[in-house]
Amino acid sequence: MELFDFYDQDRWPHVFCPGCGNGTVMNCFFRAFNEMGWKLDNTVFVSGIGCSSRIPLYINSDAIHTTHGRAIAVATGLKLSRPELDVVVFTGDGDLGAIGGNHFINGCRRNVDLDVICINNNIYGMTGGQASVTTPHDYISTTTPFGSKEYPFDLAELAVAAGANYVARWTTRHVHELTKSIKRSLEKKGFNFVEVVSQCPTNFGRRNKMADPSALLDWFKESSVRRDKVRAAAIDHVDLNLAGQITTGEFVCRDRECYHEKKGGGAHRDGH
Amino acid sequence: MPIKPGEYFLQGNEACTEASIVAGLKFFAGYPITPSTEIAEGLSSRLPQTNGEFIQMEDEIACVSAIIGASWGGAKSMTATSGPGFSLMQEAVGYAAMTETPIVIVNVMRGGPSTGQPTRASQGDVMATKYGSHGDYQVIAFAPASVQEMFDLTVKAFNYSEKYRVPTFVLSDAEIGHMRGLLTVPKDIKIVNRKEKGVRRADEAYDVPDDLVPAFPTFGKGHKATVTGITHTPKARVEPEDPKVHQELVGRLNDKISANRRDINKWEVIGPDSKTMIVSYGSASFGGREVAARDDRVGLLRLKSLWPLPVEPIREVAEKCEQLLVCEMNLGQLFWEIKRVALEAGCKRVELLAKIGGAPPTPGEVRHKLREMGVI
Repeated sequence: MELFDFYDQDRWPHVFCPGCGNGTVMNCFFRAFNEMGWKLDNTVFVSGIGCSSRIPLYINSDAIHTTHGRAIAVATGLKLSRPELDVVVFTGDGDLGAIGGNHFINGCRRNVDLDVICINNNIYGMTGGQASVTTPHDYISTTTPFGSKEYPFDLAELAVAAGANYVARWTTRHVHELTKSIKRSLEKKGFNFVEVVSQCPTNFGRRNKMADPSALLDWFKESSVRRDKVRAAAIDHVDLNLAGQITTGEFVCRDRECYHEKKGGGAHRDGH
Repeated sequence: MPIKPGEYFLQGNEACTEASIVAGLKFFAGYPITPSTEIAEGLSSRLPQTNGEFIQMEDEIACVSAIIGASWGGAKSMTATSGPGFSLMQEAVGYAAMTETPIVIVNVMRGGPSTGQPTRASQGDVMATKYGSHGDYQVIAFAPASVQEMFDLTVKAFNYSEKYRVPTFVLSDAEIGHMRGLLTVPKDIKIVNRKEKGVRRADEAYDVPDDLVPAFPTFGKGHKATVTGITHTPKARVEPEDPKVHQELVGRLNDKISANRRDINKWEVIGPDSKTMIVSYGSASFGGREVAARDDRVGLLRLKSLWPLPVEPIREVAEKCEQLLVCEMNLGQLFWEIKRVALEAGCKRVELLAKIGGAPPTPGEVRHKLREMGVI
C-alpha cells in the first residue's frame, strides 16, 4: 500500500498546525501497519476528542470519532461485537488521562484486544493550550499562568500497573523505535499501549520558550533516557518530568490472556 | 434460544430481558444499579446462550459508549440503568442521536434527584429523556404499564431504534420493573432490522426514504464509514462552521422522528366520550384506570409512548372532553406538554395530579382529585 492510499484525501486539508507531531505519529503508524500487511477494510480506528483524536478521520477506513474520553469504551464494545476486526484507538493525554482515565485503567485491566496509541503533547491543544494531566510541573499554560503546581501523570506507568499487555513510550524524535513499538503492539493480542510524547509548538512550546518545533524535538532528544527493561513499577521512573527526563523504552511485554480468549471466543454475527 | 411462545409468570425486568433477546439483542453493557439490575443479571446468562455478548463496564458512561461501538459493529445493542446512571449517559445520548446510532436504553426510573429512592418508582426522568443532552435532538421513548408491556414495548423499542436509527428508551419504573405478572409470548413477533448499506432487502424498514434515514454503513464491510459527533455533511465530511450544513443535519435528525410520529406513537383509550379524561402513563395510570373502568363520567388516555410527544391522541381527546386530568409520578413534567396541546385543541381546563414518593396514585386519590375539580 502506498502512503497516499492510506489517507482519505477528500478530507484534506487537515486541522493540524505546522510543526505538529501528529503527522510523525501517523507516518510511523502507516509504516508499521503496512509492514504488518493489515487491511484497511478490516481495521476500525476509534478516537475521542482532541487534536490527536482527529487522526482517524483522515484514514481511508472505517472510523468512529466519539465523545471526549470514551474511545476505549466504544472500542471495547465494537471489538466484542466484531472480534474479527482490528481495532486501533488514537487518543491524547487529556482524552485518555483526564476525562477518560477510568476507561483507560479498566481497559488495561480488562485486556480486550485493542491497540491504543496516545499522543501526549502535554497540553490541551485544540482548545488553546490549557494545562493537562501531563503538563510538567512549573510549566506555563493558559490555565497555569504562574506555572503548573500539579505533578504530571505517568501514563505508561499507569498502564503497566493496571495490567496492559504491552506498554512502550517514545517521543516523536524516536521514529524508528516508535514504528517498531507500534508494530509490536499490532502483533500482540490484548490491550497494548504506546505513548508518544509529542510536540505542540503552537500551544505548549510557544508559552514555554520553545516556539520552534525543532527546539521541542531537541529537548526530547536531550531529556530522553532509555530504559528497555520488562519490569513493573520502579520508583525511579514513576515521574515523567520533561524538565528532567523522559523515560523511553518498552516497559512491559507480557502475554496475559485477553478478554476474549478467557471467554472462549465471542459472538460472530455476519449479517443478522 | 429466545423464549418460546406461551404463558409465563415473570418479573417486569425479566420480561424486558427476554424481549430484548427476541428482538435480536446481541450486545449488552451494564453497570449495577437498583432497580434495573435484574436486566443485567439476566442477560449475563441469557446472552451467552443466544450467541450474544454481555459485559459489565466500569461505569454507565462506558456502558452507553460500548453499546454505541457494538452497534456500529452491526449488533443490536442495549443497556439498562436508572436515574443516576441515566444522568451519566446523557452526553452519549446526544452523540447517538447525532451519529444516528441505533441503541436501546432501558431506564427503570426511581425517585430522584440524586440517589433519592433507589427502590421506589418515579417518573422523574421523562423530560430528561428528551432534553437531557445538549442541543436539539429527538428520541423515541416507550412507557410500559405492565409485565406484558415491558415485553411488547421492549421489542418495539428495538424495532423503532433500528428503523429510524435513533436512541430509543424504555421508560419503565421500579414498580413495573419489579412487578410480577402474566406474560403471553405470542407466536409471531414482528422484528425490524436496520436498513444496511449495500444490502438490498424487501423489508418494511424501506418505507422510510433514504434521505430521511440513510442506510447504515456497518463497520468492517468496506464502506469506509466515518462516524463523528461533529456537524458533518451527508458524506461525513466535518463542517463545524458551516451554518447550512448544521441546519440541514440537525433539521433532518429532528424531522425523521417528528414527521413519523403517527407511525411511532402508541396509546390506549378507555371511555373516549367521557366528559373528563385522565391522561397518564406507566404505573401512574393504575389509579386512573380503575376509576375510568367504573365511572362513565371519566375516561383514560394512557400513553404507551411519550416521545415524540403523541400530539394526535392528546388533541383528539382534548377536542371532545370538557376537562383533562394529567396523572404523573413527578411534580409535573409531561403535564406542561399535554396542557399546551390540550389548550390549543380547545380544552378549557387541564389539571395535574402529581404524586412523588414512590407509590402510584391510588383510585381513591384520583377520585379525591376529581371531586376537588367538581367533576364527579
